[in-house]
Amino acid sequence: MLSNPASARRGNLVAAAGMTVAIIATIFLYRDDEGNRLHNYGWIFGGIIIGSVVGTLAAKKVKMTAMPEMVSLFNGMGGLCAALISIVEFDHLLHSPVLGWTMYPPLSGLGIEDLFADANLSARILIILLGLIIGSVSFSGSMIAWGKLNGKVKDFSFKGQHIFNIILLLIVLGISAYLVADGGSKLFELPGSHSGNAITDNAPRFYSMLFGLVLVLSLAYGVLFVMPIGGADMPVVISLLNSFTGVAAACGGFLYDNKVMLTGGILVGAAGTLLTILMCKAMNRSLGNVLIGSFGGGQDTAGDPAKQQGHYKEILLSDAAVVMSYANRVIIVPGYGLAVAQAQHACHELEKLLESKGVEVKYAIHPVAGRMPGHMNVLLAEADVSYEKLQEMEQANEEFPTTDVVLVLGANDVVNPAAKSDPASPIYGMPILDVELAKTIIVNKRSMKPGYAGIENDLFFRPKTSMLFGDAKKVLQDLIAEIKNL
Amino acid sequence: MEDILNWISMHEQMIYIVILMIFVGIEVIGRVPSVLHTPLMSGANAIHGVVIIGAIIVMGKAEPDNYLALILGFVAVVVGTLNVVGGFVVTDRMLEMFKGKKKREGNQ
Repeated sequence: MLSNPASARRGNLVAAAGMTVAIIATIFLYRDDEGNRLHNYGWIFGGIIIGSVVGTLAAKKVKMTAMPEMVSLFNGMGGLCAALISIVEFDHLLHSPVLGWTMYPPLSGLGIEDLFADANLSARILIILLGLIIGSVSFSGSMIAWGKLNGKVKDFSFKGQHIFNIILLLIVLGISAYLVADGGSKLFELPGSHSGNAITDNAPRFYSMLFGLVLVLSLAYGVLFVMPIGGADMPVVISLLNSFTGVAAACGGFLYDNKVMLTGGILVGAAGTLLTILMCKAMNRSLGNVLIGSFGGGQDTAGDPAKQQGHYKEILLSDAAVVMSYANRVIIVPGYGLAVAQAQHACHELEKLLESKGVEVKYAIHPVAGRMPGHMNVLLAEADVSYEKLQEMEQANEEFPTTDVVLVLGANDVVNPAAKSDPASPIYGMPILDVELAKTIIVNKRSMKPGYAGIENDLFFRPKTSMLFGDAKKVLQDLIAEIKNL
Repeated sequence: MEDILNWISMHEQMIYIVILMIFVGIEVIGRVPSVLHTPLMSGANAIHGVVIIGAIIVMGKAEPDNYLALILGFVAVVVGTLNVVGGFVVTDRMLEMFKGKKKREGNQ
């Protein structure tokens, strides 16, 4: 149902219904190994109501351009939930370690307890820790991603950070390995054992400390992991964190022997991972490059102040109007600037006006134009632009040579020739829209300042290009007025 | 080694589910056009909110005197619900954008 836009919405509702059934079923039908049902209904329903109200309000009131942030925010919530579950379960384990064993009543009494208990306890500790680590990293990372997308968090990195991050991760894994290996046996000795051994008697506090350390370090890792990555790459990071939270949810599924959690968790974990890989492919960069390479190269190339800005031409509104009205074909390249200016409706007006004058108008949509895949499609759909007019990059590139005018609206990096010619550029290798092949290129921006990735764009200084400065919405409206006067 | 094998045999069903879901997850993504990738990411986000079930279990089993479980469990239920509800509403809003287009094309 998700495979085409029309039925996708219904598919989403079906999924939501399924989730509701699962939640209600759990609340009323759950029975643990001793046959007890759940209590504390008041707290549970209270929590659900609060979460539902806040969640719905937040999701409905936010602007469309803030959607990716919200995805990150809610993803963080999921990670937090998984981490909290792990904390409670670990605490539970410390106070009644034999709990790990009572999961398998059929085998108790056969004297096989000793044989399995160690392994079960170790496994349980491992799963709890995995849920904690993955959930925490996902939570703090998602919060940082949220901050980056709404502009509140700037990029930050320090030299050797990547080594630092790796060491941090190794410490986290090391402590966890110790807890799993050691805790499996020691914890089992705890109940009623007064071995007089100071270490095992104090074990709960010691293990709690180690656990707390894993929690704190994981949270720190999440922050440091996302901090250096540029805002333009956030969608990839969010997709990756999305799959992390899925895996954390699956860990919860193992803990409670719950097939629903396990199914949902692994499904998202696998789907999310593949989606992340696909997004990287669209940018023609490897995942490693996105996570680590990000702005290491940027310092060397973009910061070459000696390189001249060069000479650019400006075009008058009236000339632009003429050139476009008498063209055979105009291709519009929308970018984030269009979304920011909320100029999609004006753009559609221009399209209709030109078409009424016999000009063929199409849109060239780059896979990573905007802030998320499909961003431009959604934006133009909102303005009722016909689906057929949107061309994917490969199609558009074939048409540029026979196009009279290309109008670039607030797009920058996706038409930057450095991606082809400058090996030191951070965007090198990314496939771009070859707008240069057209006869005339008109670029609309508010000013000459660099785009989101902070890189200079040589396209602006090429001979066939002219700049049309101003806010996209105003410029488009003025253009429309001019064309009507012709 | 024996411990590991024993653990696997006791959790057989769970392991089957893991393997199956990996295949399903990959299949699902393969069938979705790239223009729907972002709503899909949002939908997947909502689905991993299923972790709320774990939070409900934690809360449901908490003894009245176990403040840690009560408080953390409550917070977990709230944030878990945020994930689920917020996730589905955001996905719906994203998909709503496609509705107008398709409806018009249906009328032509």
